[in-house]
Amino acid sequence: MHPWAWWAWAICAAVTVSLTTNPWLIGLVCAAVLVTVLRRRSDEPWARSLGVYLSMAGFVLVMRVFFATFFSATSSGTLLWDLPQLSLPSWAAGLRIGGRVYLEPVLMACFDAMRLAAMLLCVGAANTLANPRRALRSVPAALYEISVAVVIALTVAPQMIESLARVRRAQRLRAGAVTGVGGLARLVIPVLEDSVERAMGLARSMESRGFGRTRAGGGSAWGILLGLLGSVCLGIGAFLMLGGSRPSPVWVVLLAAGALALGAALRLAGRRLQVTHYRPDDWSRPEWVVLASGVVAVAAAVAAGRLAPGALDVTMPPLALPALHPLFLFIVASLAAPAVLTPPPPRVSDWLAWTARRSEPEQEQAGGRADLDAERLRPRGGTP
Amino acid sequence: MIDLIGLSVGYPGRPAPVLADVNLSIDEGDLVLVAGRTGTGKSTLLGTVNGLVPRFTGGTMRGAVTVAGRSTVDHAARDMADLVGFVGQDPLAGFVTDVVEEEIAYGMEQLGIAPDAMRKRVEETLDTMGIADLRRRSLRSLSGGQQQRVAIAAVLAAQPQVLVLDEPTSALDPTAASDVLAAIGALVWDAGLTVVLAEHRLERVMKQVDQVLWLPGDGRAEFGPPAEVLAHADVVPPLAQLSRAIGWAQVPLSVRDARRRVGREHVEPSVIEHEPAPVGPTTVRARGLSVSYGPVVALDGIDIDLTAGQVTALMGRNGAGKSTLLWALQGGRRSTGELTVAGADPRRLGARAARRLVTLVPQTAADLLYLPTVAAECAQADEDAGAAPGATRALLERLGMDLPSRTDPRDLSEGQRLGLVLAIQLSAGAGVLLLDEPTRGLDYEAKHQLRTMLRALAADGATVLVSTHDVEFAAGVSDRTVMMADAQIVADGPSREVCAASPSFAPQLARVFAPRPVLTLDDIDWASVRAVRS
Repeated sequence: MHPWAWWAWAICAAVTVSLTTNPWLIGLVCAAVLVTVLRRRSDEPWARSLGVYLSMAGFVLVMRVFFATFFSATSSGTLLWDLPQLSLPSWAAGLRIGGRVYLEPVLMACFDAMRLAAMLLCVGAANTLANPRRALRSVPAALYEISVAVVIALTVAPQMIESLARVRRAQRLRAGAVTGVGGLARLVIPVLEDSVERAMGLARSMESRGFGRTRAGGGSAWGILLGLLGSVCLGIGAFLMLGGSRPSPVWVVLLAAGALALGAALRLAGRRLQVTHYRPDDWSRPEWVVLASGVVAVAAAVAAGRLAPGALDVTMPPLALPALHPLFLFIVASLAAPAVLTPPPPRVSDWLAWTARRSEPEQEQAGGRADLDAERLRPRGGTP
Repeated sequence: MIDLIGLSVGYPGRPAPVLADVNLSIDEGDLVLVAGRTGTGKSTLLGTVNGLVPRFTGGTMRGAVTVAGRSTVDHAARDMADLVGFVGQDPLAGFVTDVVEEEIAYGMEQLGIAPDAMRKRVEETLDTMGIADLRRRSLRSLSGGQQQRVAIAAVLAAQPQVLVLDEPTSALDPTAASDVLAAIGALVWDAGLTVVLAEHRLERVMKQVDQVLWLPGDGRAEFGPPAEVLAHADVVPPLAQLSRAIGWAQVPLSVRDARRRVGREHVEPSVIEHEPAPVGPTTVRARGLSVSYGPVVALDGIDIDLTAGQVTALMGRNGAGKSTLLWALQGGRRSTGELTVAGADPRRLGARAARRLVTLVPQTAADLLYLPTVAAECAQADEDAGAAPGATRALLERLGMDLPSRTDPRDLSEGQRLGLVLAIQLSAGAGVLLLDEPTRGLDYEAKHQLRTMLRALAADGATVLVSTHDVEFAAGVSDRTVMMADAQIVADGPSREVCAASPSFAPQLARVFAPRPVLTLDDIDWASVRAVRS
């Protein structure tokens, strides 16, 4: 599966969530995203980050509700608790700590936090479903250098941690526990030296293998001009869009023109660099399905907002059960469609089980133990 | 194929040029070995072939290097990538991606080769280097030998005509090293590649090289057939030692040649029976020592006794558990089982107290150094160990290392740096010394020096355990050899018996004189040999 297809899908899910404060819709979208992730993530190391994002989302939710409960300034609605109020000096007059807690503002804060948490979850879903390295491999050629830098950073970080552990162990041999400012120098200097040496080694290797060889010198003036124009158009368009509440043809045109100009600039800049890609991820039916499911969900959310203006925006007071619009179910079904309609990713464990089954007779004969070398049999993370 | 024309390279801050007016030309399809002591400019010479020197490393270059008519004066290293493949010392440090297949494709992507052609070439390269079954593995999970083969495959994919390798086997065990060298040999003989490689352990490669380029260190370069150049070079592999001792004008390049010649000339040495080293008290005693990392068993119930006054060599494949054993004996690695070092269990003591009993020189000795001068390091070592001021300095001199006080430890040669670390580690007065792969990157001279140091320490009653891949070094330094495989000890006995019996760990002289129990030249009574010959 193309990594950017998952990113597009996740961004669409995040956009859908951002359009609403209705807890029903947010909850349903989260459920759809979770189901898809659980069914379509692989079991490689980079795909194990969902737990981190879930706990981040939970943290956001808890913090927001906590602050709404103890620091809210609203003083109307259904009384929940009457807490003792902290008296503050006069310069902090706008602030309130403790006191009466009303249900409605707490609920509103909770819905708002749910929206943020759900967006975090969407980013987490993209990170779990799409291999970050492969995602960086298919950026436009103009951004190639940036993607290379990011990939190297991804590689170097664990190496530095490794060398830190090694130096720490070595310095313990010399002086017992490594503590204090003097101890810091003991660690930092050898680790830095090691890192610089590694970086030089990598640079030497890249240079002698032809990195940057096909780059024609200097950028074209047209490319730079187009890039500047595009950025200006996008900037003004975004300013107008955020300022005015309803769509006007001016900013729509400006945004479109800006995007086009930037695209053209990237393309021109990319032409300078003739790097080819080994086994590029292709974009075929499953990718279209994933993209379409996201776009349809956003469109349905917009339509729901038009058809029933109150359905997406929950306002309290008055305290009432938020409405569940039938279109919500359609949105969720659309977002969850990739969980069923896309092929499952190749999983290391399946692959291992298959090879073990296939080689069972031979192994019994040889009396050998099962191949513990999991990575040797690792299937590719791309399109099956 | 490669022409060096009036090549001179100098670095700022060094009075004499590293290379001075070198003229030579390497023929197509030759395997050329660049030999010389550390710091004589081997890496510099290799770097000039693809233009990394001086563009990348700094320094000044005069003269020219041309490869297949393309001069490095006009072409940067990246523009030579389709002509010269360059593999650095540490393959892992040169990897750009994280999967074998993508690493091999990387160079071709940079050259802009069409995806279809790339697919085909990746397959061909995987087959050439015999690594097709590793294609989807992560590079960090490979063994050292496999990593080196992937590194070679990664430059081969660009289909260069010249391959330049800087110490391709320095981190490898003997078996993996001969594997990699066999693969390189196949490239020369079957694919017609021109290969230039630098190597410290000449005995590993000299049988397959066509020419030797010896750098004496004064800026000259001597280029000629290996049998002649090695006869008087200052880097002396065991067979060259042998031929000098006997008085042959030409060095036999393989064990087979030497064996035939010894037989033809009836060199029948009488073996000196060395007195077995006096057995001191047992200082290290381990019973059922086990270490596991998660599900992986790294040490599996090791029983070992080490005695004072003895040097023990610890050998075995990469990953056999040698390092883990050393760290476990030092107490720095959590282990189960009984362990007594000089009457105490180092695991129960704090790191500082354990240091007074047992000390370890880790694999990358430079990790221990962090101060700007030798003197500062020595002073800090005295303080760390609670020793009298000047103790480390005195120890350094006792080890035969007279290092200038104001030198930055980073500017020392590998051998000198190892001596400094050894002195620092011994400053707390430990009687048990463990060394993890100290011979990596050392030339013959430095190895000899290390050997002298370790023997002297043992003679003073220290217990020494040294893990090494270098069979010649182990044969020379050790009284006893312990062989490990798969987390267990598989052989333990006098070096003479254990080494001579092992097919991959026997030193070259043992093979030449088999079945006579000869490990080093010291075992032979040369008076009798000369008497017979004259």
